[in-house]
Amino acid sequence: MKRSQKETEEEATQVTRRGLILGGLMGTTAGVLALRMRYLQVERASDFRMLAEDNRISDRLIPPDRGLIFDRHGTLLAGNEQNYRITMIREDVDDVDAVLHRLSQIVLLDPARLARVRDEIMNTPAFVPVTIADRLSWEELSAVAVNAPALPGITPEFGLSRVYPLGPDFVHVVGYVRDVPDSYAERSGDPDPVLRIPDFQVGLLNVEEGLEQALRGRAGIKRVEVNARGRVMRELDRTEPTPGSDLQLTIDAGLQNYTEARLNGESAGAVVMDCRSGEILALASAPSFDPNIFVRPLSAATYNGLLNDPYRPLANKATQGLYPPGSTYKMIVALAALEQGLVTPDETVYCGGYTELGNRRFHCWRRGGHGRLSLEQALEQSCDVYFYDLAQRVGIEAMSAMARRLGCGVQHDLPLSSVAAGLAPTMAWKRANRGADWLIGDTLNASIGQGFVLASPLQLAVMTARIASGRALVPQVVKTVDGIDHITDAAPPLDIAREHLDIVRSGMNRVINAARGTAHGIRVESEEYRMAGKSGTSQVRNITAAERAAGVTSNEDLPWERRDHALFVAFGPVASPRYACSVVVEHGSGGSSVAGPIARDLLLRAQVGDVPPLTLYPSSQRQRIDEMHENMNLLPLARPAPSSGGSSQA
Amino acid sequence: MSFLEYTLKTTPTGLRKFLYFNWPLVVLVTTVAAFGFMVLYSVAGGSMRPWVEPQLQRFILGMVAMFIVALVPIWFWRNVSGLAYAVALLLLLYVEFFGSTGGGAQRWIDLGFIRLQPSEMAKITLVMLLAAYYDWLPPRRQSHPLYVLVPVVLILVPVYLTLRQPDLGTAILMMLGGGAIMFLAGVHWAYFASVIGLGVGTVSAVFASRGTEWQLIRDYQFRRIDIFLDPSAEPLGDGYHITQAQIALGAGGLTGRGYMQGTQSQLNYVPESHTDFIFTTLAEEFGFVGGASLLLLYMLIIAFCVATALQTRDRYASLVSLGVAVTFFFYFAVNMAMVMGLAPVVGVPLPLVSYGGSAMLVLLTAFGLVQSAHIHRPR
Repeated sequence: MKRSQKETEEEATQVTRRGLILGGLMGTTAGVLALRMRYLQVERASDFRMLAEDNRISDRLIPPDRGLIFDRHGTLLAGNEQNYRITMIREDVDDVDAVLHRLSQIVLLDPARLARVRDEIMNTPAFVPVTIADRLSWEELSAVAVNAPALPGITPEFGLSRVYPLGPDFVHVVGYVRDVPDSYAERSGDPDPVLRIPDFQVGLLNVEEGLEQALRGRAGIKRVEVNARGRVMRELDRTEPTPGSDLQLTIDAGLQNYTEARLNGESAGAVVMDCRSGEILALASAPSFDPNIFVRPLSAATYNGLLNDPYRPLANKATQGLYPPGSTYKMIVALAALEQGLVTPDETVYCGGYTELGNRRFHCWRRGGHGRLSLEQALEQSCDVYFYDLAQRVGIEAMSAMARRLGCGVQHDLPLSSVAAGLAPTMAWKRANRGADWLIGDTLNASIGQGFVLASPLQLAVMTARIASGRALVPQVVKTVDGIDHITDAAPPLDIAREHLDIVRSGMNRVINAARGTAHGIRVESEEYRMAGKSGTSQVRNITAAERAAGVTSNEDLPWERRDHALFVAFGPVASPRYACSVVVEHGSGGSSVAGPIARDLLLRAQVGDVPPLTLYPSSQRQRIDEMHENMNLLPLARPAPSSGGSSQA
Repeated sequence: MSFLEYTLKTTPTGLRKFLYFNWPLVVLVTTVAAFGFMVLYSVAGGSMRPWVEPQLQRFILGMVAMFIVALVPIWFWRNVSGLAYAVALLLLLYVEFFGSTGGGAQRWIDLGFIRLQPSEMAKITLVMLLAAYYDWLPPRRQSHPLYVLVPVVLILVPVYLTLRQPDLGTAILMMLGGGAIMFLAGVHWAYFASVIGLGVGTVSAVFASRGTEWQLIRDYQFRRIDIFLDPSAEPLGDGYHITQAQIALGAGGLTGRGYMQGTQSQLNYVPESHTDFIFTTLAEEFGFVGGASLLLLYMLIIAFCVATALQTRDRYASLVSLGVAVTFFFYFAVNMAMVMGLAPVVGVPLPLVSYGGSAMLVLLTAFGLVQSAHIHRPR
């Protein structure tokens, strides 16, 4: 279109004017952008710098190596082993299924687990390694390594995992570790961030639980730079973890192993203590179970099997099992009576087979009665009538007070998961708990360790050790922590007159070594190893008058769970007590006949330091003992070096 | 003044044209592009691949195109403006039906060596056509409603096709660029006032349409607006981009964290750090000093374009130069406002710096037009 000169000039000025306006607008906008830039980059720079660092830096915990647990002689009871596993990183693999298929031809993989692993691989970020198989043998791992070119994305890895090399024998002392339970942090009030490390395990039973803090150590920290997807790009800083403390237990691995083997086949608990220090050398509960199965994922079937076993392998019968102590309680009655001056060693009581109280008869275990007996004889023959008589004079309060001084009815402080307090009943206790007044019959029952009285094998062992040593020994299971002695003070003397203790010890000596002793059958042929003890057979059912009239049913005719408990406490050598022990065989029927021989064997094993030689046994029993030892499944433990130049060739 | 009135005496010919180039503009453009190569090298973790090499090739290709376009007289470009616009429209229609899909939108024609984005082309051909239109239209008619309707249709056709891809960012730039030419040409104020009024009304309508059956924009676009209004509301979802971009920018501080030392960018906290969000990497590693320098370089480029426009007395040359300057301005202004949290994330690249062939080629060609206007101006 043609236009005039004037129009053209107008156009030019129009463009110029509007161009300048637009230029001004653009300049203003640029100024706003610059101001915004300045605000973000200068005024708020430090805020954003901090946010950027938060993004970039991530603190990752390094799990500490758990402390090791040794027996008193340095045998490893709980260690950490290299755990070989293989992991897959998806982003390094083209065809996950093909690689898994090839892998399954090299390593045995459970198809169900393989399917689970496959899902996991597909559902985790591509750069996160997923564990495909755990606890491989070195051979399997080598096979994977050799075939590495055919297995892209597969990496062999090493980690530590807990192992209990000696298996089931030590679980009732050492315990086990397991994956941290969901509620653990709240329940234990333990804020340690190490608990959140995947696959971290904590002690959940016995020493592993009781000394968890010492064993765990402190986590290290590595400060890493992570990208937006969480992948670690490099390590910036590292604080090494502090390994957990190593523990040395008071347990003697050889003796513990022997004890478990000796209890094999029974449902039983036993404790062997050192009479000088209170150190527990063996603490066994049979049957036992392998702690290693708890370290790994545990199948419900296995767990239910343990849970429903009538012999209750999961229970720690030595510390948790409470039994009427039966006649092993008679020493307490005797000491209480002696202390109060209610009886002299020469005083005798006539046993006619029963005591009549009101219109109720309290029977002696020996229906025909024992005749006239002194205190020592009463212990020797375990005469119930004698103690009925004594109990009526002593009373329940003094009896139970003595029980507590000797370690029964009180909870001992041990780093084990279940330590029962037992019961040394008082009148106030019965009123509070049963809502009834104390009856004199209750006192009579208590005097023979029946009725309300309850004690654990641990308490009976403490009682025996205190009687044998005359000192208020405190049971111990931890000897050193990181090489530092854990047991501090020597036990103070028991506040019980020496001559009283001598009378009771003499009575206990006669139980085994006098011809009429209830446990004469377990005497030891060598003077050096001679021991003293007391049997106990406690009823788990009431014998009705009708039953008694019909003749007491023998234990063999009863179903297992209604048979009497068999108990035995003993110490040795008699001359200068060194070891004390207690044995409870659930429903074992006879204290002297079932629990007694076990106690003898344990004490001999403790004193000899090895499987006892046959010469120590009465010749009539040697063949049977020999067979028993042959059949025992003992671990090939390195024998500890003898403490003082004894013969090591024996 | 039309091209017929140019006296050949005052217009350089042959190799002499090189003497009359706007060399400062060439240097500025090259400097900005070099800045871009550096940042792309950093974003790639210190590598020429995968971005610097192709970007360098396209830059060289673009510079060649710029020189060729510059050496051809501006009146030739005026005469082919309509044809260029038509070609761009056809290509837009082509991607509408056969285009490659990238990032959920149909935007490209894959030519093998380059993925051509017709919407980028349309942006500059629209500027050319509108300039030619107002060069042809006598000033007394330019505010006549009929003659206002024509350019509005010319703008809205490519805008509609671009929106359908959907590419909101480019469509907005196109509208702003086209509107700017109309403003520069001298269309009456009242039109702009009413369009702005209409715009405000439309925005209100769009928001009112939310969640109803006649919802006017896509859900993802609504979400972007929400997140723009409050990025912290969804720091791990869609707001993540803006939040992380601002952290990167702010963390740069006054002097930056050092070349290749920007943790936000190097560790991929900043998304799309080689394309739309490349400014955050630049600002993180070179700080306020680097960011402000880039802004200054951009403004100098604008200034030289505006100067060319004001020097020439040719209406087409003047309008094209200003149109290129305004389009270029809207590119970086929207991009920077976006990454700095002043505008919604609409997907506009940082001109000459972001990785991407089409924008680079088209912008350099557009600067070729400015150069041509500069060389062939009447003296």
